[in-house]
Amino acid sequence: MALKDELRQFVTDNFMYGKPYEGFADDDSFIERGIMDSTAVMELVAYLEKRYRIAFDDKDLSPDNLDSVNRLVRFVKSRVQSDFTGACDAGRIALRT
Amino acid sequence: MSLPATVFSADVLKIDAARISADLEGKVRDIVLERLNRKGVVIAISGGIDSSVVAALCLKALGPARVLGLMLPEADSSPDSLHFANLLAQSLGLRTQVEDIAGILISAGCYQRRDDAIRRVIPQYTAAYKCKIVLPDQVNGSAYPIFSVVVESPLGERTKARLTLDAYLGVVAATNFKQRTRKMMEYYYADLFNYAVAGTPNRLEYDQGFFVKSGDGAADLKPIAHLYKTQVYQLAAYLGIPQEIQKRPPTTDTYPLDQSQEEFYFPLSYDRMDLCLYAKNHGLQPEEVAPVVALTAQQVARVYHVIDRTRSATRYLHRLPVLSEKVPEVPDDL
Repeated sequence: MALKDELRQFVTDNFMYGKPYEGFADDDSFIERGIMDSTAVMELVAYLEKRYRIAFDDKDLSPDNLDSVNRLVRFVKSRVQSDFTGACDAGRIALRT
Repeated sequence: MSLPATVFSADVLKIDAARISADLEGKVRDIVLERLNRKGVVIAISGGIDSSVVAALCLKALGPARVLGLMLPEADSSPDSLHFANLLAQSLGLRTQVEDIAGILISAGCYQRRDDAIRRVIPQYTAAYKCKIVLPDQVNGSAYPIFSVVVESPLGERTKARLTLDAYLGVVAATNFKQRTRKMMEYYYADLFNYAVAGTPNRLEYDQGFFVKSGDGAADLKPIAHLYKTQVYQLAAYLGIPQEIQKRPPTTDTYPLDQSQEEFYFPLSYDRMDLCLYAKNHGLQPEEVAPVVALTAQQVARVYHVIDRTRSATRYLHRLPVLSEKVPEVPDDL
């Protein structure tokens, strides 16, 4: 599954309770759309730490990095090695979207 | 509607304390004796400014025979709290009762559960340590409001670690036992004497959900919930609250380590938060507010954003139970 699709799926399944999100654009702010609050962000961070083995510094915890699908994709790509394909614990992901 | 720019200053929060006090005394009498049909009021007094003002207002409204102050210390309470509460009681002629709730909290596992949660991120933490939870700076950056825990070893060494979601929820859920146990005690005395329970939030706390659901958020009346904390201080001066209490810095008095309200919840000191909240409520632009609160317009914009975000996140705390279907014989607003 492409990285963007995987991240979008996580957001939908965990914070939109599986509802269709056709009206939700990849650049839409999760906060402004009311999809995430601070505890949801913590849940997202835990997911990113485990799924992509990203070690967060406090300065990484910013809406600039996490507050839309596209921002998530950019952030994950910047922190995951370009040759990352088989080391994750849930199968392969494609970093190209 | 925006106020003219020249109107906004710190003076917008000045009140006629005598008139406000008289008005609130009448309302407390009406609410307690008529609408709630109760004989008096129970107030938990912490030695802080809000509970002190509520106690003084209720005494003037109902007389000392109809007001009971409860002091409810626990293991993490600052000794200052009991000291200031006693000072208030002596100064106002307030009847009081002390109930130490530490035993109840120990039995409920409050401290143990909290400490277990902290150990998920700081494994060396023990009951001999002290702790508090803190937020990152919300004014000078756009960081998410994700809590960290700060612990101090018996040797005085401090360690800080960002809380994971399960650790954060564990700390909050355990700590909330304190406010809910205090409220249980308040309602015990209310039932015992056929009294009402007075809550003590000021407007900033009420608006921003700075309370525990079914803990300090529960009450039969909240006499000062519409007043900005700055205005509560003005009432305190008028009502003759002891100077030591008026000068005491606001504190949460919830964690073993001293914790200011700015570390725990609000991005600014209460006086600047009040002005920002007032300005936002009256549609003022950040540029009009910034010079009055000694911030940049960008910083005021961030504070506005925090106010909105916190209102949204804490809406749940204000909700009444949601019925699947209305019961028309029992109206929502009795």
